[in-house]
Amino acid sequence: MSDMTADASTELPRARSDWLPLLLVPALALLALPFVGSPSTWVTLTVAGLAMGMMIFLMASGLTLVFGLMDIINFGHGVFISLGAYATLLVLGPLAGWATADSLGLNLALLLLCILAAMALTGVVGAVFERVIVRPVYGSHLKQILVTMGGLIVTEQAIHAIWGASPIPIPLPQSLRGAFVLGDIVMERYRVVAVVIGLAVFTGMQLLLNRTRIGLLIRAGVENPEMVEALGYRIRRLFVSVFIAGSALAGLGGVMWAFYRQTLTAGMGMEVMVLVFIVIIIGGLGSVGGCFVGSILVALVANYVGFIEPKLALISNILVMALVLIWRPQGLFPVARR
Amino acid sequence: MSEPLLQLSGVHTHIGPYHILHGVDFAIPAGELTMLLGRNGAGKTTTLRTIMGLWQASSGRIRFDGRDIAKASTPDIARLGVAYVPEAMGIFTDLTVRENIVLAARSGPVDRTRLDWILGLFPALKRFWNLPAGDLSGGQKQMLAIARAIAEPRRLLLIDEPTKGLAPVMVRSMIEAFRALKEAGETILLVEQNFYAASALGDNVIVMDDGRIVHSGPMSELVEDNALQQRLLGLSLDAHQ
Repeated sequence: MSDMTADASTELPRARSDWLPLLLVPALALLALPFVGSPSTWVTLTVAGLAMGMMIFLMASGLTLVFGLMDIINFGHGVFISLGAYATLLVLGPLAGWATADSLGLNLALLLLCILAAMALTGVVGAVFERVIVRPVYGSHLKQILVTMGGLIVTEQAIHAIWGASPIPIPLPQSLRGAFVLGDIVMERYRVVAVVIGLAVFTGMQLLLNRTRIGLLIRAGVENPEMVEALGYRIRRLFVSVFIAGSALAGLGGVMWAFYRQTLTAGMGMEVMVLVFIVIIIGGLGSVGGCFVGSILVALVANYVGFIEPKLALISNILVMALVLIWRPQGLFPVARR
Repeated sequence: MSEPLLQLSGVHTHIGPYHILHGVDFAIPAGELTMLLGRNGAGKTTTLRTIMGLWQASSGRIRFDGRDIAKASTPDIARLGVAYVPEAMGIFTDLTVRENIVLAARSGPVDRTRLDWILGLFPALKRFWNLPAGDLSGGQKQMLAIARAIAEPRRLLLIDEPTKGLAPVMVRSMIEAFRALKEAGETILLVEQNFYAASALGDNVIVMDDGRIVHSGPMSELVEDNALQQRLLGLSLDAHQ
């Protein structure tokens, strides 16, 4: 097939590239610089915003796929964030010494084990959640909202029953505490780690979606699930797999969020759900790239506005969403819909 | 006479409260092109979707190559070798032309010789190979939809109104492509409103009205009988030429 492409290369029309939404991030950062004033403060705020954006992306990316592919409004998504966060206790209990060890390797290994435990737990719970709660209400948004909210409440209460209702403090691994200081610029170590993990997950998702057959199927399924079935693929299996993957990603986001807050509460997932919904709407339902850009935009704006005019910080996210939707009513990267 | 590849017997289909197909009976012989004609709302699209399992038949039998597929799922029917091109074409506009074809080749990489044959039928697709399918014109999308349906050898092609809304020059290209598919021995059930295109292609014809089969037989019989055309379709071939 490749040489066939080469045959026609001289006369190929150019594909439309939509770079404009990507330019929003650097444009916003540059716009904020004169308002922030100090370049070192600006760098600190920007890195912190990127880290926050990555954590929001990790928590939201699964939901946007579930929303886009399955047309499911899962208000229970937040509980997978909470469950992922609590899964850290399963690792921190037996391996508490690794958190206090003065070894970057052990500390990172601990973080990795927490992530794996969280993804495994939330993946399994996600499979049960899809089978018991979501599957009976395919095609009915109102019922989905009601039953997934119900599922969220039940699972939150289960967390209370298992781990107790009181907030639980968790320690950040030793090497991830503190900050890198470069001149006047201060960058918290954990936030840098969050940026690296967020970028790695985003890259992995992009490769999966664009370079593999399963990714092609997901992208095709988001657009026209009926036609995917007519080509001979079992879309239900794909739905379940994506739901499990989405739940596991929320679990991963939950771990990163838990270490950032250093406190566990059963409602911590639900608390960020407004933000999660804002970024997937800004990004375009079903678009992983849009979710990524939307997460960074929302987090950067919150950081800059919080520094420049703290009173406006609370409404900054809604303002960003309103402006983006006025510009692009389907979100930054609208996915073609059935 | 050998057993037909596809046979519908007494098929009824309901969509919600509506009774759309009322005991549809017909047979599709292997290796021939059968046209399914009828005015809007006659039940042609419902018939194709019922065969494909996208809407379940309420009663009746649908036999494909000796198997009853009336209750089979759409992916299972597709895996038996039935390809479907819906009226809306069902192109994945976010995917490139190449990705649309790759996805249709379920069993693995697209066979190079077959791909050359397909691109020989629809040369325009070659130019747009790595572009999003959403950038194609209506006619090119239709070509892609058919190319996708034949990306792998299939046993039966169900194609719904492929010339609808196309410019005359594109309709002629489509007719040529279907002629080539016929010569390649494909079995095709083609829904068509354009009687000129239908008469140029069909070996057999089935006419539907109000969810029922009102005529079936060789196309030549209908082409030669203006009165029959008037009675069944409310038109004559002369008006379309």
